[in-house]
Amino acid sequence: MNYTTVKNNERIQLSAIPELEYELFWELNVLSLMSEEHNHCVNYFGFPYEEKIKLICCIANDETHTIYVSSSLVNTSTHYPSFTSHVLAFEKFEREIHENFGVQYNNHPWLKPVRYARNRANQDETIATYPFYSIASEELHEVGVGPIHAGVIEPGHFRFICNGEQILHLEIQLGYQHRGVESLFLKKDNLLQRTILAESIAGDTVVGHTTAFVNLWETLCGFEADWHLQFSRTLALELERVAVHTGDLSAMCTDIAYQLGSSVFGRLRTPIINYFQQWCGCRLAKSLIRVGKTNFVYTEELAQILLKILDAYEPDFIEMCKELFRLPSALSRFEKTGVISQDDAKKLGTVGMAARMSGINRDIRSSHPHDLYSEMQHEPIIKHHGDVYSRAQIRREEILQSIANIRKLLQNIPAYSPSTLPLSSPTANSFALSLVEGWRGEICHCAITDEQGALRCYKVKDPSFHNWLALGLAVRNNEISDFPISNKSFDFSYCGHDL
Amino acid sequence: MFKNLKILFHQGKQYIPDVTNVNVPGIFRGRPIITTAKVNEEKLIEICPLQAITSSPVAIDLGKCNFCGECSFAFPDKISFTKDYKLSSNQREGLIIKEGDTGTIELNPDVIRKEISQLFSRSLKLRQVSAGGDNSCELELNACSNVNFDMGRFGIEFVASPRHADGIVITGPISENMAEALQICYDATPDPKIIILAGVDAISGGIFAGSPALNRSFLDKYNVDLYVSGNPVHPLAFINGVLELIRKRKSS
Repeated sequence: MNYTTVKNNERIQLSAIPELEYELFWELNVLSLMSEEHNHCVNYFGFPYEEKIKLICCIANDETHTIYVSSSLVNTSTHYPSFTSHVLAFEKFEREIHENFGVQYNNHPWLKPVRYARNRANQDETIATYPFYSIASEELHEVGVGPIHAGVIEPGHFRFICNGEQILHLEIQLGYQHRGVESLFLKKDNLLQRTILAESIAGDTVVGHTTAFVNLWETLCGFEADWHLQFSRTLALELERVAVHTGDLSAMCTDIAYQLGSSVFGRLRTPIINYFQQWCGCRLAKSLIRVGKTNFVYTEELAQILLKILDAYEPDFIEMCKELFRLPSALSRFEKTGVISQDDAKKLGTVGMAARMSGINRDIRSSHPHDLYSEMQHEPIIKHHGDVYSRAQIRREEILQSIANIRKLLQNIPAYSPSTLPLSSPTANSFALSLVEGWRGEICHCAITDEQGALRCYKVKDPSFHNWLALGLAVRNNEISDFPISNKSFDFSYCGHDL
Repeated sequence: MFKNLKILFHQGKQYIPDVTNVNVPGIFRGRPIITTAKVNEEKLIEICPLQAITSSPVAIDLGKCNFCGECSFAFPDKISFTKDYKLSSNQREGLIIKEGDTGTIELNPDVIRKEISQLFSRSLKLRQVSAGGDNSCELELNACSNVNFDMGRFGIEFVASPRHADGIVITGPISENMAEALQICYDATPDPKIIILAGVDAISGGIFAGSPALNRSFLDKYNVDLYVSGNPVHPLAFINGVLELIRKRKSS
């Protein structure tokens, strides 16, 4: 067997991952595994290993609910054939491996820096010297936007090549938000510090990333979260989805200058995030999720408050949606804007909403369920046009679906029985992987421990890592004035990408 | 038309009439109170993930505090968090709460520059710079302008260009990759201008303090006019801090 098979939140010995010659490793992942329709790459990364670089590739099979893990040892002096030349979905992963460790590829089409990480192999390259693609022509012009954007959002640089008002090409340069998250996971030896670090990977996906971290850590320690902990994590994930999707609908209305929608969706988000504050003291759910315990036990009383909030939210939300989704001036901006075809989405390996908007059934809640999702029989919401309108529709329907899920969850609130045993330390020489469907899509955290059980490698993958390229392709041939609404409708994470 | 009016009617009254005095729902962790009860101080200091607690006398530095509440869960007799959301100071040391302190945190009017109250008290335009911010403070700063908090009623607004701004609001621990852009933005803002640090990541680096991927040298060069604590900052904390900064006059 050339690979080993694991399930979501399963721990294995590092030595159980077969180590292949690069050629075999390439054939296995590129020719064999990725040729299957229901397989996609959830993580592909490297880490220093015996003075070489060990590459670990994790391909998820959405039908059998398993993940195929294989590995290979490479060095920096050889030039290797790239995965990307055959399967575009590996594009960013290989760029990252090249940037961080100096692994050379001889046929990667776009081997540019990813984020100018602090510990990158080539320190001579800085973010100010990014090699932008350009076209020499007197009829074309370039438009540079950022890193600081017009609104109160995170930094990133967009370089457009335009013919008049029409976008021919967009290149997105990120890295401004790089804080060294992955290195800090190794450096901090205190569990609470690491949890707070996980909360800070992306402040708009606090629940998603923290759940991925605690599930992974509990897996490493062999701790089984009780029903109550799984319940509160599932509930928080669904609530976070309702809150952020509502806020995004508000922002999309702002970008098409529809004041009523912007205000109404904006204010509808408030009671949802205020509810997080009632539960845990923070509107964005920081401090809610902890490894092996909870500081904020969920009670019947909290459930009653939430039901009241949802009862008030739902009719106002539906009323506003009815108006927005029939308004000709809104539809004319949403429809056929920022389109990604299903074929392109598959090639890019998009995940989460960015996959489901183009007819791809990709949702960790149904394909690799964690926490209480295994009992929920989740049915992903799929749209087919891949445009801004599809992304708006997905949000509307996912909000209503999440509310229904929450109501179902609240019918049966499990009692909390705190674990009496102290949390053991992580098992030595292990590999574990945790997948969580955040509101944006699939979050994947991987950890590897050394002989002492200390962290040797911690890899974070935000869904945006797969998806950013989709924005670049979606806006081609659009008018440049449609860029803000396209960008907002995807709403990718800058800090989750830059780490 | 009638549909729109109906929708408007269904929203009811959403704005908070008095942002300076409102009961925050739930268990908001605002300004802490430290009693003089005797506890194992070593353990207390150890429990704080961000080294915000120091001993003799026991004090919490709200410029570092993550408001996770872990200290108050372990030592409920010693530390409790009130719902007071006024968490701003114009002096760094003003954010340090000591054993026995029960008063609110206030700005020191004597160090507010004269031109701030003269020029900005009725209109303040701000340029926000996210420099490694995790998008939580950014979301909350956006919320300041929504219909609930409605910061615009005080003439305080975020603007698109530093050239239109009276000051900059920094969030995030200031990443190396963002340091130059921050400097360019500050230089592009016309004088007189103010600097506001929003959130503990900006004030002290927060959980990222000491990361080699940061470059905080910008803060060594300039005087900071306002520190707003929180992770993330609560919209009420931000609005109240800024209001106090632009409205407070020297006592003389």
